[in-house]
This record gives sequence, structure tokens and C-alpha cells, in this order.
Amino acid sequence: MEEEIDNRKINNSFLRDHNYATEADIISTVEFNSTGELLATGDKGGRVVVFQREQESKNQPHRRGEYNVYSTFQSHEPEFDYLKSLEIEEKINKIRWLPQQNAAYFLLSTNDKTVKLWKISERDKRPEGYNLKDEDGRIRDPSTITSLRVPVLRPMDLMVEATPRRVFSNGHTYHINSISVNSDYETYMSTDDLRINLWHLEITNRSFNIVDIKPTNMEELTEVITAAEFHPHQCNTFVYSSSKGSIRLCDMRSAALCDNHSKFFEEPEDPSNRSFFSEIISSISDVKFSHSGRYLMTRDYLTVKVWDLNMESKPLETYQVHDYLRSKLCSLYENDCIFDKFECVWNGSDSVIMTGSYNNFFRMFDRNTKRDVTLEASRENSKPRAILKPRKVCVGGKRRKDEISVDSLDFSKKILHTTWHPSENIIAVAATNNLYIFQDKVN
Amino acid sequence: MDVSAEAKRVMVQALSKLYSSRSQRGGLRLHRSLLLTLVMKSARDIYHSARAACESQELQESQELQGKAAEPPSDPPPPLEKPQQQEEQEEASMEEEVSSPEVSLEVPQRCTQPELDQENRSPARADRHSRKRRGKTATEPDFLPCKRAKMDTGEVLRILQDASLRSNAAGNCARGTDTLPSANTHMPRTVATC
Repeated sequence: MEEEIDNRKINNSFLRDHNYATEADIISTVEFNSTGELLATGDKGGRVVVFQREQESKNQPHRRGEYNVYSTFQSHEPEFDYLKSLEIEEKINKIRWLPQQNAAYFLLSTNDKTVKLWKISERDKRPEGYNLKDEDGRIRDPSTITSLRVPVLRPMDLMVEATPRRVFSNGHTYHINSISVNSDYETYMSTDDLRINLWHLEITNRSFNIVDIKPTNMEELTEVITAAEFHPHQCNTFVYSSSKGSIRLCDMRSAALCDNHSKFFEEPEDPSNRSFFSEIISSISDVKFSHSGRYLMTRDYLTVKVWDLNMESKPLETYQVHDYLRSKLCSLYENDCIFDKFECVWNGSDSVIMTGSYNNFFRMFDRNTKRDVTLEASRENSKPRAILKPRKVCVGGKRRKDEISVDSLDFSKKILHTTWHPSENIIAVAATNNLYIFQDKVN
Repeated sequence: MDVSAEAKRVMVQALSKLYSSRSQRGGLRLHRSLLLTLVMKSARDIYHSARAACESQELQESQELQGKAAEPPSDPPPPLEKPQQQEEQEEASMEEEVSSPEVSLEVPQRCTQPELDQENRSPARADRHSRKRRGKTATEPDFLPCKRAKMDTGEVLRILQDASLRSNAAGNCARGTDTLPSANTHMPRTVATC
């Protein structure tokens, strides 16, 4: 698969003249909205930056719409829980867009404890000609007013403002790892390690617990919830994945509390692959429904699996992301990389899946042709408008010219967060504090 | 001794990661702590199985030597026979489970000479009922860092429990039964953290 690079390599750091990356600028989530017109990123510093695709101009038809910064706002601030003596990080864990229903845009953003609904709206007119105050806003002396006038709306420079419309707090004891908007566009769910809560978008002081896997005795804890998502069309269905490598599908119509699953997806472990770290690498880090709603995709440390909702016993397809790391698990455990949580994403037609890896590599798998490609997101290796060159990792023995050996991989450069435009071949890839947007070649 | 050395290393690292995650910003991460606890448990089990297999191997060897030196080999005394068989079974089942390159278990497992292995043994059993403070050299294997304060299982449990209570239901401090999965009493008593 060939890709042309758009020249957007947007550095999120506002300290542009510094070479180092401040930790607050590390991107922690990326998400296109439902039309692909907007792209939101959240970072460790609690900020959200929204990019908008510029309208394609007739003058330059070969130049596809590029993404420019549309709005930046501070979504979450660091907080302190005095009761438990715990600091609550402001890092944005997830952003999910609501479908657009009017001129304004709405998104949900969450940190470890609190979900917020933000409204992003444009203002391009302002009223002028007030009677009681002048243009600077100063109150006019009433004695100087001799006539009445009607204020009129005059055009002004476009201003994009973000306002928090709802704050959904105090719903979670443990750390929130996912949020998912329901297809009914009225409710959404938020998921922490042990519980899933259902909220109504209008109501902030109440939520319903729909899944609770907390054991009475915490000593018996054997698994936690790692991700959850609503079905794209069926508003009663959702799935959640666990640290044990299983996925449960639940139907909210069957019971108020969905502790009992309707379907249970798990692949039996291959005993020949057993090691100290089997439990860690089988933990699912992300789960995503296909756009069609027919398939599920899960990501664990070394593989991506596609499941058919009608078959619980084993996945339909398994793709090796970086199997050369299987013999390096001990080192990856020592440097904590084994705990990294990679996300995975479908393309608009569900024919290609994508996920990240190390050394700023990301992988795409074509489900139809069974071909896969490894690409790299880096400034050095890519020039504007150049086609991304496929990369290859050499596993052992002779290293060819363009290959990179496993031991040369930079494990500090990891691509955990990626997103794919809902209908076009445009992807956004977060590499630490840099955002890369790649577009498909234009013919 | 690859297996038990590997297991030791994994255990020590798990403990140090658990300990350092206490001071992490944002509080204890339940998922990570759970994974570390599971790794520690499986490493501990493998370590003990390896040690037990090693000991039974030694025992067998020494008996063979004795048998050869004295008479044509007679059956080993009955009390020893059963544990030996058990060890062998454990070893066999462990082999099935653990066969990745990192955890290479060769049969028969050859132990290092018993004299050198003194340091890797669990605390001398004769000491168990003694109330005297044990000397450092007798109880502390030199593979573990000795500069920091020692943490025994009770301490580990307490830390895990503290952390779980902190991240537990708001305000209900009376929920004393809540602890994270504990490393139970089989943990070697001289494990320390970095």
C-alpha cells in the first residue's frame, strides 16, 4: 500500500524552539470525528487540540484538504483527592466525538476520574451599537445618551470557542480507561478497571452501573477490564475486554446488571508459547468493533486479532505485529515496555486494520489480500509529498541494506495511538509528542 | 540453574516495580499491579519447583553415590521415595508449562555443587525456632541488594493493601478485608526490594 505524506507534521509542543519534548506534550489520544472533518488530540498535560480539514479549493484540485489547528483548550487540570491523598492526573485518556446535530461540535474527553462534554462553536459575528456601553465595553454615562439605536450584528474575525457543557464526576473509584458513545446518541458508557457506568448525556449527577467485576474479597482479583465499546448500530450491545485476553459481549436488554455475558470470546492459550510473561502479553489493550458491526478487533502485546461475532471459540484472523519481540520479553519487562498499551483501528471499509509498534513503526494489514506493510513516522525519513517507504525488521542472520535489526529498535519511540478517517484513506499517527497525518496518493 | 536464576530476577524486579509504583503520580494502577503480582506468583512457583527438583536431584545423586560405594543398589528408604516421585512429577508438569527459550529446563536438571548452592537456599531450617536475630551472611543471598531496608511478605501485603484501600470505594475505610492478591506464605523470607 502506498501512501503520500501530507506535509503536516504538527509538533504539539508550544515550546517550538526547544528540541526536547516536555512530558506534558506527549499525545495520549487521537480521534477523527464522524465525518473526518475534525481531528482531536489529547495530551498528558490535559490539553485538547482540534484540527480542521480545510476546504478543498478548486484552484488547486491536486492539493487535498490539509488539517490546520482549529481550537486548543485545557480540558482537564491536575486535581488532588484529599480523602485518599492521591493526585489525579490531568492526562487525557480518551476523546470521543458526538455525531454532529447542529453547527456546533461536541466531544467527550476523559482523564482518570472525570468525563467532560465540550462544545466547540464558532463565532464570526458580534453585536455592535449598544446603547448603554460603548465599543470598548465601558459603561456610557446615561446623561450623554440622546438617542436610541438597535444593535446590529457585524462580521468579526472567526473565533472558535470551547466551553465545558457537562462534567460527569465521581462516577469511578478506579482509573477510567475508555469511553464510548452509544448509537442512540443519548447515552454513553465510561469504563474503569472494574466497573462500567452508563450515563445520559444530559444528566451529570447520576449514572448506572452496568458491569461490576469487583470481587468481594480483593485478594481474589484475577482480571480487570481493559477496554469497552458500544456496538456501532445496536444500542443495547456492547463489549468489554479483560486483562486475561477474553472479550465479553453483553446485551443490556437481558438484565440491568450485565455481569453475565451473552457471548464470551477467548482463544485457548498455546502451551508451547508459555513463559513468565504469558499473562502480561495476553492482556488485551484495545477492542474495536468494525464499522459494519459484524467483527471485533482486539490488540494484545504481540498480535492483532479479528473476531467474528458469531464465533466465540477462536478469532477469524490473527496478525503478528512484531513477533520478533517474543524472544525479547524479558528485556521488555525490565524496561517496562511490556506494559505498553497499543491501540488498533479499522479503515472505513473494514478491509484494512492498523496498529502501532516501536521505533515509530506502525503496521497495516490488508484483510483481503493478506498483505501487510510496516511504515515509519519520522521527520528524518519522510519528506513532504514523498511516498512512505516500507520498512523491514531483520530478525537474525544477514541484515539487508535497508533493514533494521531488532536490537537497533528504539523502544522509547512507540506508536500507541492511531486513528483512521471514517471514509477516506487518511490516517493520523501519534509519535510521542508529534502528530503525523498521512494521506493516500492522489491520482 | 537458569530457570531459578531467571525466576529470581523476575520476582525481584516485580517487587521493585510494585514498590516504585506506590509513589507514581496518579496513584496505584490496578491493572499493572495485578499483572506484576501474577508474574511474581508464577515466577515464585517456578523458582520453588526448580529448587525442589534440584534438591531431589542432589538427593538422588548422593544416594546413587552411596549405593555404588556400598552394596548393589537397594531401594531408597520409603519416606524419601514418595517426595522424590512428587518432585519428578512436578518437574515434568513444569516442563510442559514452561518451555520458552527464556525458561529452558533441561532434564535431568544438573544443579551446581551443593556447597556453592548454600546461598540460594531458603533460610536454614534449624534457625526457624530460634529467636535470635540472624546474621546477614547466613540469611541474605548475595544476589539481592542489601543496602535498602528489607521487606518481608507482611510488608508487601501491607503495601498492596494500603494501595488497594486508597483506590477503593470512597470513604469506606472499614473494608478491612480488601487486599490485592497476596504473595502468600510460600514467599522466601529474605526477598528484598530495590
